[in-house]
Amino acid sequence: MSGISRRRFLAASAAGCVATTFAGSKKALAAGTFGGYPEGMGVLVDITRCVGCRTCEAACNKEQNLPDPERPFDDMSVFDEIHHGQQRRTNEKAYTVINRYEPTGSDQKVYRKVQCNHCAEPACLSSCFVNAYKKTDEGAVIYNDKVCVGCRNCMVACPFNIPAYSYSSAFDPIIKKCVFCYDTRLKEGRPPACVESCPQQVMTFGKRDDLIKIANQRIRNNPDLYVDHIYGEHEMGGTHWMYLSGVPFDELAFNMHLSNEPILNNVKDFLGTVPMVLAIWPALFTGFHLLATNKKNGHGHEEEESKHNDEGGDQ
Amino acid sequence: MKALIEAGVKPVDSYRPGENKRPWTFKEKLMLGLTPGQYLGQALRNPFNWILGLIFAVGLPLLAYRYLFGLGVVTHSSNDYPWGLLLGFGLFCMVPLSASGFMLGTTVEIFGRHDFEPIERLALLNGLLGYFFAVVYLLVDLGQPWRLAYPMVISFGPVAVLFLVAWHVATYLSVQVAEVSVAFFEWIGWLGGKRWVRKIAIGLTVAGIILSTLHQGALGALFLYSPGKVHPLWYSSAFQWILFFASSIPAGLCMVITVSTVIKHTMAWRCDRNFLDNLDYCTLGIAKGAAMGLFTYFFIKVIAVAHDNEWAYLATGWGFWWMFEMFFGVMLPIILFAYAIHHRLLWLVRATGFLTVLGICLNRLNTSLITFNWTIYQELPHIFEFIITITLLCIYVVVYRFILYRLPILYTWKEAPQEAVATEPVKTEPRVSAGTSTAPATSSP
Repeated sequence: MSGISRRRFLAASAAGCVATTFAGSKKALAAGTFGGYPEGMGVLVDITRCVGCRTCEAACNKEQNLPDPERPFDDMSVFDEIHHGQQRRTNEKAYTVINRYEPTGSDQKVYRKVQCNHCAEPACLSSCFVNAYKKTDEGAVIYNDKVCVGCRNCMVACPFNIPAYSYSSAFDPIIKKCVFCYDTRLKEGRPPACVESCPQQVMTFGKRDDLIKIANQRIRNNPDLYVDHIYGEHEMGGTHWMYLSGVPFDELAFNMHLSNEPILNNVKDFLGTVPMVLAIWPALFTGFHLLATNKKNGHGHEEEESKHNDEGGDQ
Repeated sequence: MKALIEAGVKPVDSYRPGENKRPWTFKEKLMLGLTPGQYLGQALRNPFNWILGLIFAVGLPLLAYRYLFGLGVVTHSSNDYPWGLLLGFGLFCMVPLSASGFMLGTTVEIFGRHDFEPIERLALLNGLLGYFFAVVYLLVDLGQPWRLAYPMVISFGPVAVLFLVAWHVATYLSVQVAEVSVAFFEWIGWLGGKRWVRKIAIGLTVAGIILSTLHQGALGALFLYSPGKVHPLWYSSAFQWILFFASSIPAGLCMVITVSTVIKHTMAWRCDRNFLDNLDYCTLGIAKGAAMGLFTYFFIKVIAVAHDNEWAYLATGWGFWWMFEMFFGVMLPIILFAYAIHHRLLWLVRATGFLTVLGICLNRLNTSLITFNWTIYQELPHIFEFIITITLLCIYVVVYRFILYRLPILYTWKEAPQEAVATEPVKTEPRVSAGTSTAPATSSP
């Protein structure tokens, strides 16, 4: 009996060890805190300055070689488009969109630009099982469409609902989202196309740390004009695109229920249990097996037991 | 089939047709020992096949349509609902319903409860096919299914929960293939392969428990990426993975009850006495396990609401929907199981098993689809997505039936005697089961 048990135990342990090797790299991620990319670039969007001209949408379309829009960029009727009670969002043909809002208690129309916020610790990146996403030192969140399998987990994960999918493509569908004009501009230190095109200087391009100082300065200088909050300074662990607004952010459909922790922190606890299950289960269940199948006198299992032992014994 | 058996036809269940005859050829085994005419006749006489044919006539062209023109033509191409019904049902429901393999594997191999052996192979097969078809659903839903193996060979994203799911489902699928291969080796008559797999059975079963614990849980952990998108009542940052794991236990067990009930009524000709006589006993035992699993799940579910202090949500519309799910999918099955097991009402046990299957499916659909984006809007999947989902489910049923008809899952294979004596002294005789079937109460725990 002991010989069989040892062999069985070893077989089970070996299975566990093999499995542990595959999962080894997960553990390291649970340690330490991440300080962000202080030298990374970002953009501060000052919503109070935006007039909704959609020049940035057109510039983005041109820069990224996106297909022609259904309605031209000088057609302002797109602001009335409502799908499922929602205003426009980014999609495979538009990496940035401007939406119009009419805040309560004000006859002023307010325009908000939507694009990828380029999180410091992006949810899309941490949810991607082929590691297609990359956060560059310059601050951009880019992706490698050569490895994208199309599971769309990043779309499920993104707290800002930014990544879109090219569903219309049959043979090469991939994720589509704003990449901070990384390949064409940011890499060389130039601001993205939308920022450069803006006639109102809505967007300020600079190091993320400097942008936070500028934003705070503006709020201090004009406390009546601005809401005292920089959206993106802390949301989801901090983003590289941040917003200043003159009206409460939730009136502009900003999600104000987001945590200040990156999504990854939400998942770490579970990832931490993985190596423990791999380590403990083999011994635990092999142990159960030994306990359960040992001779049980008077419980009517002798017949099966002897069969079991014979089966192992003559091998 | 019933008519043919009444007419004296005996489907293949052994090494050779009878004493002093040559062994069955592979082709004869595939045809169940029937002539082509008989085989076609029984297939055409079965009205269920006509229904399947009708569904395939609509569904298979749609499937081709999807591959030729992209996901966009069969779904709403929603960027807000990246995961539709194909994954909501195909992955998130099929996987828990397939937990049966590791549950019964553990019962028989690890805990040595050989009284559940008559149903073990069915549970293993149910697990294997469920996982396999979860992957099939995935292959339909993935944008670029030909890149399915990328997380294994091309590019690794080990931080991602989905990476874990991919690896574990792939590994567990191989483990389950090995577990079910015993029946296949018997059928093709390669006893060496069978002996070898039996030797590593404990290792395979323990690997199965590990992999199941982790990826059943990981499917729940996938939703940890979307706090705020999943309704708080279906989301628990601390317990999401335990909730998915705990509920997969009754789901898998009840799926075996449901499948065995269907088999009992439609495929009795394929079952031997060992299976049929022990079925009631096994069903009661499994139901007891499922009831305990359900109670544990219910308890954790309530703790999850208390932990995040979500009681206020119960008074909202979503709260009523949550209570509906909890009552019909969890509490009612617990009560019915308790009553039915106590009074040995097997029909009620079986009906409750089916109710539990529906309840767990509702939970998965609620988490992945129905309450997803509860702050934005609710989306009804495209009609074509429904049809494709049903078509794939029908293919699953056809494959399931194809295997059950042939491999010794529901009956014991009668091996070639001379070989059996030399290699497998204990497995030649079918297990004597009269004792358990006449007095099941005495041997239940």
